[in-house]
Amino acid sequence: MGATRPDRRGFLKGSAALAGGLTLGATEPAFGQLPNPETYVKGTDELIAYGERSGFVTSVRVPHPPGSQASPDAFGKVFHVAAPLQDSVGMITPSSLHFIGTTRGSFVPEIDPREHRLMIHGLVDRPLTFTMQDLRRLPSVTRPHFIECAGNRSRSSHKTVQETHGMTSCAEWTGVLLSTLLKEAGVKDAGKWIVAEGVEEVKGASSIPMEKAMDDCLVAYGMNGEAVRPQNGFPLRLLVPGFEGIFNSKYLRRVKVVDRYYMTYNDYGHLNREPDRAALGYQIGPKSVITFPSAGQQLPGRGFYEISGLAWSGGGAVGKVEVSTDGGRRWMDAEIQGTAHRMAHTRFRYQWNWDGQETELLSRCTDEIGQVQPTRAQVAEFFNRPGVPGQDNSIQPWRIASDGSVHNAIS
Amino acid sequence: MRSLKLLPLVMLLASSALAQGPTYGIGTTPTAEDIRAWDISISPSGEELPPGSGTVEEGALVYRRTGCAGCHGAAGIDGRAPRLVKRDAEPGTDPWNLGRILPIRAPYATVVWDYINRGMPLNREGTLTADQVYALTAYLLNLNDVIPDDAVMDAQSLPQVEMPNRDAWAALPDWKPGMPRLPGYPH
Repeated sequence: MGATRPDRRGFLKGSAALAGGLTLGATEPAFGQLPNPETYVKGTDELIAYGERSGFVTSVRVPHPPGSQASPDAFGKVFHVAAPLQDSVGMITPSSLHFIGTTRGSFVPEIDPREHRLMIHGLVDRPLTFTMQDLRRLPSVTRPHFIECAGNRSRSSHKTVQETHGMTSCAEWTGVLLSTLLKEAGVKDAGKWIVAEGVEEVKGASSIPMEKAMDDCLVAYGMNGEAVRPQNGFPLRLLVPGFEGIFNSKYLRRVKVVDRYYMTYNDYGHLNREPDRAALGYQIGPKSVITFPSAGQQLPGRGFYEISGLAWSGGGAVGKVEVSTDGGRRWMDAEIQGTAHRMAHTRFRYQWNWDGQETELLSRCTDEIGQVQPTRAQVAEFFNRPGVPGQDNSIQPWRIASDGSVHNAIS
Repeated sequence: MRSLKLLPLVMLLASSALAQGPTYGIGTTPTAEDIRAWDISISPSGEELPPGSGTVEEGALVYRRTGCAGCHGAAGIDGRAPRLVKRDAEPGTDPWNLGRILPIRAPYATVVWDYINRGMPLNREGTLTADQVYALTAYLLNLNDVIPDDAVMDAQSLPQVEMPNRDAWAALPDWKPGMPRLPGYPH
């Protein structure tokens, strides 16, 4: 017995307190021994080289929108795939669970980084080509940024937060500021826009204003502490913080400095005849959603719960998140986890005692420039027509039924 | 020692004198041919369009022979891939009411040329010749009553095509750092 060792006695006291009401079985182990797990995972070279999550953790991405074309399809093409936000903790989406958007169904290109090049050309003094090695030599930054697909729109038929909001994710991106590369090439006065293009089969390209390109766009080779994942643009992708997902060109190969909006095929996809709708599909608005409890989950009974969710905005950092536990009658400030970063998911938390009565949970984000997340009714009232034009950033209500089941309360 | 003490001053002078020059000297200069090989962006005024040409009739042939019909349907209206021909409508119908169909909704004919050139045919992208892309563009614009049967598309004529939506679209906001998504909209 180790009872003569004071440090061990202290540990035993602590574990007894933690064990609470647990009773030991008939085959009682020696005093102080924890029962052994019944099974083991044997070490393999693969698991030593690159770790895996527990077999008990089953959180997965799903094709989006629900009921749409399967990913992969019969040919192995990938379409839109949503992240399991209902299981998320903290602000970072694991790379393996980051949502995927594609310009159209596509194979993931297998690009040898030794062969990959980024060319900066057009209205510049010095066209330049960079190898991946060149880029690694340049001053780098690491920043958390969300990317959200314009199709991330909650509908009444959606059964989970993955279906209503799963086309957003947040990773920590590392790379070279696009402004560093553009300054190295020397942008001519006439250069007012850039066209950023990938090397994948459809060579997706978007027009981006020079003001944005020089402000905070990031040419990223790193994602969550390792190389960008192939589904997210390996070996190089563009981050256009706060702009709709499609601007964030994957497999970035070419940046052309041009004198006007180039009306690429991606730009054509934004085409709208009404200025308000065009604007609302451009920069992501202030948005938040409660991820726990959220639709499809089950509360075991009345009592204490920490409400937890994510907030973000294309307008900058999250300034404030409020939570309502009574269907929007009263709003209380939620606690913001750590520092709210610009154009990054921000975790919020709120302590709640559920009285067992049916109610609705809502969250509302206000960003640092004062934009406030609206209800669907507020949007309809502002535009004097039903619906939410452009990127949908409306407040998501979750209904808690008296049996503890949680439902999408959008009508 | 004296030269080391002067180093910060020398660096300061050098950096201000070279403000317009490269800071890091990293990266290589692509040749004009390197740039031409990669630069597939086509502006609304078409200055990057390559030599070549195509007629409506040639386009109909290319449409059948390169497999377009396999996905878009024989008539461009009934395939599993996006529809290519506007819906039936009275003359003078608002082009926005003709469907989200590239060769009628695009404000510039260059967008049609650019997308066929970069993105078609599926799984065989980049295999069409410039002549074939001009011909297909001519064929699709003709099917949508944008250009006459005898039109010839080339680097000069294509940017001149008057698309019905040429001016009927809203420009994106003049973006500045820290601006709201829509001025005057609090949300």
